[in-house]
Amino acid sequence: MKKRWDPKSYKDLPYTPIMDRPTTHNKTGVWRTFRPIIDYEKCTKCYICWKFCPDAAIIIVEEEDRKVEIDYDHCKGCAVCAEECPVKCIKMERER
Amino acid sequence: MGKTTIPEEELMHPGHIACLGCGGGLAMRYMLKALGRRTIVSVPACCWAIMHGKHPSFALDVPLVNTAFEVTGASISGIRAALDAKGIKDVNVVGFAGDGGTVDIGIQALSGAVERNTDIFYVMYDNEAYMNTGIQRSGATPEGAWTTTTPVGTTGDWKKGPKKNMVEIMVAHDIPYTATVNVAFPEDFVKKIAKGKDIVGPKFYHAFAPCPTGWRHPPEHMVKIAKMAVDSNLFPLFEVEKGKYRITRKPKKKIPVKDYLRLQGRFRHLPEDVIEKIQRGADRNWELLLRKEEFTADF
Repeated sequence: MKKRWDPKSYKDLPYTPIMDRPTTHNKTGVWRTFRPIIDYEKCTKCYICWKFCPDAAIIIVEEEDRKVEIDYDHCKGCAVCAEECPVKCIKMERER
Repeated sequence: MGKTTIPEEELMHPGHIACLGCGGGLAMRYMLKALGRRTIVSVPACCWAIMHGKHPSFALDVPLVNTAFEVTGASISGIRAALDAKGIKDVNVVGFAGDGGTVDIGIQALSGAVERNTDIFYVMYDNEAYMNTGIQRSGATPEGAWTTTTPVGTTGDWKKGPKKNMVEIMVAHDIPYTATVNVAFPEDFVKKIAKGKDIVGPKFYHAFAPCPTGWRHPPEHMVKIAKMAVDSNLFPLFEVEKGKYRITRKPKKKIPVKDYLRLQGRFRHLPEDVIEKIQRGADRNWELLLRKEEFTADF
């Protein structure tokens, strides 16, 4: 774990604002009302869902035969993947 | 073993705070996939200016400059001049602005930048209103649309007059490459942006990016609506290379614009005669484009 940067005076500040952490710490998954669930029996690995995800929240898992997996920490549940899937193997279920 | 049709490298982090089904987010993702890591992006006030979230977080793996609304063209000229002074040649400089920041507020800086023949990319992601500040009408809002500053009410006070044709304005500047791209056609999107890497001089892209919040449609229809805009000839996909027009997608089966308009809440109020007028306008523009392609074929 990186130690948090803690300036003591104005002299420690950089000349320009520095962004030091990616937005992945932002758990946008809590926005979700409907949860996409992939049926791996029907999935043909066409990667159309991966291609159209506006949040880059569908990842290709290299180790497991390049299957697609949904990153539930960041998926906002927009359902574009379910709508665009040609074999309709993604279904949206209400979050409990 | 499946293969992807667009580059796999991901330079946009998940967790950015765009709305559900944001077309602008998708446009940025495809653009970075096409250009790769050696890229500097300049973003004026638009949706992308806030998508990184609060201060210490970043959403892109490339350097990003946040500038004022009207200076995207000037800032990318400056970045290019600095790179030239340092002798760096392999970096792509991109201005990534919304439609308001391009057609209304940023047009003079952009016009100046392309007139000086600076080697830049300019991507305008067109969500057809000032969406970041709350759906105000812009010069790129199409005819008949509801926005908060053209509230329809009982008086029929929707946006009057057609959308500003930014591509033709850029073609009139006689720049080396101008193209329209659409988030529903990622392969075409990536191909056109990557093509710009070999062209020296200003490159302008008009990217169609639906906004579910402002267009009043469910987020899952985002890609479907973007596809319908092309198939109904309201947003034809073409490129102009040194004055030569080439249509990159001719819809096999044309759909009436009514189907496209009826999916969106912002066109819900439109009477039949206005829809017919929009249909006539779309047909006329498509015919004009076909003629232009024919006319400039042997340039």
